[in-house]
Amino acid sequence: MSNFASLTHMRIRLALRNKMFFFFSIVMPFIFFFGYLGFFGKSVPAGAAYFLGPVLALNVMGSFWGLSATIVTFREQGILRRFHVSPVRASDLLASSVVANLALTLPTVILELLLARLIFQVRTLDNLGGIFVLVAVGTISFASLGLVIASVTNTMQETQILNQLIWLPLIFLSGATLPLAYLPRVVQRVGLFLPATYLVNAFQQVIINSATVLSRYTEIASLVSWAILTFFLSMQLFRWEPETKIPRRAKLLVLATAIPFVLLGVWENRTDRILQESQAAFGAFQTVLDSLRPGMRMTLQPGSAVNAPKPPK
Amino acid sequence: MGNAILQVENLVKRYGDVEAVRGVSFSVEEGEVFGLLGPNGAGKTSTVEILEGLRTRDSGRVSVCGLDPQGNSQALKHEIGAALQSTALPDKLRVIEALRLFASFYKKRRDPEELLERFGLEEKRQAFYSQLSGGQKQRLALAMALVNDPKLLFFDEPTAGLDPQVRREIYDVIEELKRDKKTILMTTHYIEEAERLCDRVAIIDHGKVIALGTPRELKTRSGGTTRIEVRLSKAECNGTLRNLEGVVDARELDGTYVLHSQRPPQTIVSLVKHLESEGNELVSLEIATPSLEDVFIEMTGRRLRD
Repeated sequence: MSNFASLTHMRIRLALRNKMFFFFSIVMPFIFFFGYLGFFGKSVPAGAAYFLGPVLALNVMGSFWGLSATIVTFREQGILRRFHVSPVRASDLLASSVVANLALTLPTVILELLLARLIFQVRTLDNLGGIFVLVAVGTISFASLGLVIASVTNTMQETQILNQLIWLPLIFLSGATLPLAYLPRVVQRVGLFLPATYLVNAFQQVIINSATVLSRYTEIASLVSWAILTFFLSMQLFRWEPETKIPRRAKLLVLATAIPFVLLGVWENRTDRILQESQAAFGAFQTVLDSLRPGMRMTLQPGSAVNAPKPPK
Repeated sequence: MGNAILQVENLVKRYGDVEAVRGVSFSVEEGEVFGLLGPNGAGKTSTVEILEGLRTRDSGRVSVCGLDPQGNSQALKHEIGAALQSTALPDKLRVIEALRLFASFYKKRRDPEELLERFGLEEKRQAFYSQLSGGQKQRLALAMALVNDPKLLFFDEPTAGLDPQVRREIYDVIEELKRDKKTILMTTHYIEEAERLCDRVAIIDHGKVIALGTPRELKTRSGGTTRIEVRLSKAECNGTLRNLEGVVDARELDGTYVLHSQRPPQTIVSLVKHLESEGNELVSLEIATPSLEDVFIEMTGRRLRD
């Protein structure tokens, strides 16, 4: 077995023995799942379909949190040093972290999709391949972000602070919690610079409109290039020992990983394509709600995208 | 020189302005147990970690199993085994899993089951790492250093922090490896460990080798005298004590007078007479056969265990 395969196997096994993993990666996602689809989605298929995207995106994005914590603990406790004196390379260790994360995310995603179909009657899950491509691309890119966080922080405390600082904007400005269409205009503008926004929207388009993977090439291409950049960066920044300093040159590279979404953000802010799509998806769900149970429409004032098609009255 | 498996010449390592290793040179022959003995912070771990390929050196020449750890660290790691200082394994990894996992990284492997038996860990086979005692963790660390049947073993402070009984257990394990003619480079700050386990010892202080040879050679070089340590109720002049019968050297260390004598009985008799005449009293008296500690005291004026 290659070093990479042995390490992946070990990481999966260790995660399954970890109570924190059980809570954050299995219990929490299902709390979100039932809360979003059942409560916010009003348990109607259209609502469940609308909120399934954010739920899957949260699942996928959460991967950076546990991963950064694990690597920092391994480094603080001297576990990484033990691997360093063996023929294990940094790339084996980092790639196995990412792949183990993906393997651990998939069963939850599969179960959520099954429950969405069976309990909430979401019938538009035709493009399963597309959903899994997004899960894979999303997990790999956010897991790589976790590896970078682990490298730029020195202690667990620093790691948790940085995780919070990244996590909160990711979930609140991207449509992963409140629908993007609901957010104030200026927040929508900022959200267009976040990878999370594209992940949420791509999930929603694939689930609600059965969009093909090819049709979501902008989001996927940016997430893939972001994943490659962050993974490459995590290799540059990787430290086996707590006392090793990060080279200044490598710190500058952190900025480089922002490039894909800065470019995409500028482009999308000009075209408003994503905002229109998310507005339309949200509008469609609201229309269904209106027709089923008048008066159930959410009452927050939505921010409106330029030229956004108004949902049919 | 015979068959040197490891050679170090003028090794230098700096951390910022601090020169931790200042021109260390030594070589290790195949089949010998070589010890780096010195106080904490003497530069032993830095030296060993450079040889293992974990740290880079600032200057000097190094050859380990015919390879340069800096340029060939990947190839080197297949040839060596190491038990590091301040290291751990994941808490929820089982003993047998740890051995299998690390064995899987190497081209050449030993049977993990056989290692469990050899290091007395069969009963702990399925235990999590977090459930092991300090001694068991250390035995596992030594077993893991052997998973690839290495040509050269590095043990960095293999018994640091262990209680005396567990320490002796580890000595037995290392002595067994020694009988198997394994080549071992170990660091320690315990005199007893170096004297009992090492064929040759380099005494290191402030990043320099201050003495090198077999424990017997080093002790003879220090004069082969008996050490008499006395505490007195009043201060004495070293010069007077040096004039006592049989005494070749007298020093004061932290309030204790350390006398080196070639004829201990005569020295004690003349010491007691001298003290009586001065109105001084003996508070305590200890007699020790020559050890590497004496070599260290003689060369540095300090005790090793500080």
